[in-house]
Amino acid sequence: MAETATRSKPASSGSKSRRGTRSGGNRVQQRQGNTALGSESQETLRDYFRQMSLIRRFEERAAQGYTQAKVGGYCHLNLGEEATVVGLMSALRRSDYLFTNYREHGYAIAKGIEPGRVMAELYGRTTGTSKGLGGSMHMFDTEVGLLGGYGIVGGQIPLATGAALAIDYRGGDEVVMCQMGDGTTNIGAFHESMNIAALWNLPVVFVVINNYLGMGTTVDMSSAESELYKRAVAYRMHGERVDGNDVVAVQEAAGRLVEHARKTGEPAMLEAVSHRMKGHSVVDPAKYRSAEDAEAAREADPVATFRSQLISAGVLDEDGAAEIERAVQADVDAAVAFADDSPHPDPATLFDYTYATPVANDSRRLPADPVF
Amino acid sequence: MAVITYRQALHDTLREEMLSDENVFLIGEEIGVFEGSYKITAGLLEEFGEKRVRDTPIAEEGFVGAAVGAAMLGLRPVVELMTINFSLLALDQIVNHAAKIYGMFGGQSSAPMVLRTPGGGGQQLGATHSQNIELYYAFVPGLKVVAPSTPADARALLKASLADNDPVLFLENLALYNTKGEVPEDAPPAEIGKAGVTRVGSDITIIGYSRMATVATQVADQLSEEGVSAEVIDLRSLRPLDRETLVESVRKTGCAVIAEDDWLTYGVGAEIAASISDGAFDYLDAPVRRVAAAEVPLPYAKPLERAALPSAESLNTAVRQTLEAVGHRR
Amino acid sequence: MTEIHMPRLSDTMEEGVISTWHKQVGDQINRGDVVAEIETDKAVMEMEAYDDGVLEKILVGEGETVPIGVPIGLMGDGSGAAAAAGPSESDAQESSTGSGEAGASADSAAAEAAPRPAAASPAESGAEPHGRPKASPLARAVAREKGVDLSTVTGTGPGGRIIRVDIEAAAEAAGGAEQRRSQAPESRPAERSEAEQRDPELEEIPLSNIRKVTARRLTESKQQAPHFYLTSAVDVTDLVSFRADLNERLQASGGPKVSVNDLVVKACATALRANPSVNVSFRDEKLFQHKRVHLGVAVALDSGLVVPVIPDADRKSVSEIAAEGKEKAERARDGKLKPDEMSGSTFSVSNLGMFGIEEFSAVINPPEAAILAVGATREEVQVQDGEFVVRKMMRMTLSADHRAVDGAVGAVFMQQLTSLLQDPIRIIA
Repeated sequence: MAETATRSKPASSGSKSRRGTRSGGNRVQQRQGNTALGSESQETLRDYFRQMSLIRRFEERAAQGYTQAKVGGYCHLNLGEEATVVGLMSALRRSDYLFTNYREHGYAIAKGIEPGRVMAELYGRTTGTSKGLGGSMHMFDTEVGLLGGYGIVGGQIPLATGAALAIDYRGGDEVVMCQMGDGTTNIGAFHESMNIAALWNLPVVFVVINNYLGMGTTVDMSSAESELYKRAVAYRMHGERVDGNDVVAVQEAAGRLVEHARKTGEPAMLEAVSHRMKGHSVVDPAKYRSAEDAEAAREADPVATFRSQLISAGVLDEDGAAEIERAVQADVDAAVAFADDSPHPDPATLFDYTYATPVANDSRRLPADPVF
Repeated sequence: MAVITYRQALHDTLREEMLSDENVFLIGEEIGVFEGSYKITAGLLEEFGEKRVRDTPIAEEGFVGAAVGAAMLGLRPVVELMTINFSLLALDQIVNHAAKIYGMFGGQSSAPMVLRTPGGGGQQLGATHSQNIELYYAFVPGLKVVAPSTPADARALLKASLADNDPVLFLENLALYNTKGEVPEDAPPAEIGKAGVTRVGSDITIIGYSRMATVATQVADQLSEEGVSAEVIDLRSLRPLDRETLVESVRKTGCAVIAEDDWLTYGVGAEIAASISDGAFDYLDAPVRRVAAAEVPLPYAKPLERAALPSAESLNTAVRQTLEAVGHRR
Repeated sequence: MTEIHMPRLSDTMEEGVISTWHKQVGDQINRGDVVAEIETDKAVMEMEAYDDGVLEKILVGEGETVPIGVPIGLMGDGSGAAAAAGPSESDAQESSTGSGEAGASADSAAAEAAPRPAAASPAESGAEPHGRPKASPLARAVAREKGVDLSTVTGTGPGGRIIRVDIEAAAEAAGGAEQRRSQAPESRPAERSEAEQRDPELEEIPLSNIRKVTARRLTESKQQAPHFYLTSAVDVTDLVSFRADLNERLQASGGPKVSVNDLVVKACATALRANPSVNVSFRDEKLFQHKRVHLGVAVALDSGLVVPVIPDADRKSVSEIAAEGKEKAERARDGKLKPDEMSGSTFSVSNLGMFGIEEFSAVINPPEAAILAVGATREEVQVQDGEFVVRKMMRMTLSADHRAVDGAVGAVFMQQLTSLLQDPIRIIA
């Protein structure tokens, strides 16, 4: 169930307060209870549930690791976005490329990286996805096509467009997916890249995760056109919106756009309407959210919703669900143990990754070293 | 060995590299149909087609970032930024992305690309089109910054930059495009990170890069007629910076003047002067002098522009004063 | 083209004399070949080539003196191009011989012989309010190297800053007065001394470097070090027979012949070890205690006085001292002693006894604080236990620098030395 950019404009939110609540125009009809689970096999559906549960448990442990000071820096979680993450990643081949923003632990796992390596990156260990040099915001793995989580809002969009350019240049059949948040659609790089991708016919799908909140700023506060998928129209690009809480719907929409891009080289934009269950990052109590909005996010919990859907549909029974949850818990425990047991990088390796091609006179001076 | 212009050396080298490597492509504003604002890419669209010579919208952040992304997948983009002033619109992609890809992800990927861009003033282009802001990039680990001053160096450093797996900012200069020099066709690529002693001398060290390296040579020539033996160092590479060569020279001469087109405060010369203090303190017979642009938004009017920019005259004056300070010929 | 420069071959050398050219114009020179012999302030040293080539021109002839760094010859490929080109302008320094071959302009600071006029007014003078003279880092480094006191130098750089050329001028002024008079008469007739021009009966003898240095050092010593003198008469009757006995035994085992002076040297070393207050140096308003005992033994040569050093004499046996002293004195006579074999002594002994001198006072060899002058041994009538007896007596005089050594300290040293020499078995104990 998706809205497309060709739909007529909904009633304007007009004089309503734009703070802390969703405007009517942004509402997406949410799937309720026992609705269609699409044509996916039961096994696939159970695997979606397993992946979503894994991301949920993983992110909870990441938050715990942060409070234990095992994880440093910023730490943005995918809690509440599990259906979107799993749906999107299920639409990609292993050889397809993914660029994300800084809220990407779940994407890294769903794209195929071992949870232990993702946790080890959070722990800053040599076994991490980026050898401990990147941290929470900077996961990377060429093997599975994750070409980076990026900490600068919008920074990944030109890069993703360029990766699509390289595919086009070589005549490859891979597709690039570029994930971003709702706030990113206001930045120049977004518009420059949408224009370039459409102009040059590049195989990239821009995915906007609209959880209505860019840190504490709502979409209504920041975007003149709050139905974000409509921005694609300005670049003569196909745009559509999907319920991000519905893993099957997300997989279906993303899969369709990805395959279209693969076939025609045409870019597209997909807006997944979703919820952020917690604050912007683990340190954000999200006091700016209205009580009803926070309650709505809790109620919309995609993992719990999908679990009961599967049980109602007879895909899973309570024991089966509990067994998956136990297995997932064990996976996360193992990931934490792996991270904890992994070595910290040796300070002697500090200068190993500044340049890909070594050149003369590269400074390898530590703060107290004399220059001569 | 042919005598050709700096412009021609760039054009010929780009063409050669495109012929020898399918992955090399050009991307930038007005480089194809218009044949380049400064005609470096003239004729290349016709020869190589739109795939290899890609005209872009006026969207520096978008196309510089696209080049970074393409480089991450193994292409070798050569970006032309019409002037270095416009690079500011792509600052995030250059500094936060191109420079970080290799290090931030633990060496799994890199961005092998060349960002060609001219700096320099003196053509009455006004405050926003006459700047020398290469320092912004020379400041950033992960980037390499080279600044050829002669046609031969333009060729040798462009070849080196294209062979390098890191992003290289390749600084050109509007005033150098028409300068001529011998360009050996079989010369090997230059070594990034190495300065050149372009003139050997014993009385004073003059250090410059890009346009000011040629001005330094000019001033050294003038002074040699009066019996002054000036050593001239062309930095060639701003990052990495070849401190050894600078310091070795100053240890010999005991004094130095730095010639730079950028602004004085926090400029490239400040780093060089600090390096000389680090490595040649006990050899200094006079303070290190810097000849740099006046610290104003560059005015349009010719007399004001001329007054603000460093020149052979101003460098000559500073060199003479320094020679006087060390008692040269007394 | 490669220039051959006057090399720096000792720590105190400022100029050198070409004593012999081993290569002639046209000769092939290989790296490592001995090109010339240079007489420094301390010795005649061999100068080796650092480059291959052909000697195309000799700029400074034998017997001529030039400062360190001045080109003395040109090497080339044999084509003569180097000779035609001459020394590079920037390096061209008027050699003090004034031969003219090395270029007429004295543009290099090093070539400036005359101290520069003090240009800085008091307002511009380099003295900073906190008393530290304003000097460039290079000037400070050169001053350290040449031992120039910055506070005595007038800066001629901007704002009265002392710059390198000021230090070089000061060093030259301090050490160069007599050097400038040393120019060979035939090479610069115009500068023959006034006395020589006035009086045909008077001929100036060019100073050897050794004599120049001796003159400067000893003048400095007499002017700066307040000397006092302590003389003792030593009964060496037992010492003489002990020496005869010792030599007989040593000869039997093929050992060296020991002189009375060797025994005196050893006794001095032992006494210095027991009286470290005499084994000191006074320099730059500071007193330094030497932890080791190095004895200088003065040797008279035709060209002047040299003082070979016997390091750690207190730890050497008498026969070792004898052997080493003899060997070094011989090499000193041949001019083959290395500079480091003539520096670093902490106390010296000078003996003129062989000339029948009964007693004399020596000038302290700076920066040492004392020197012992030893006279001849002769038979004298002494009174012992109320009887007249004939004993062999030797007089020795300690000259001490009163800034470093007090009278009583010197006296105790002399008392112990005397007692050692009168009971010679203790010398070798």
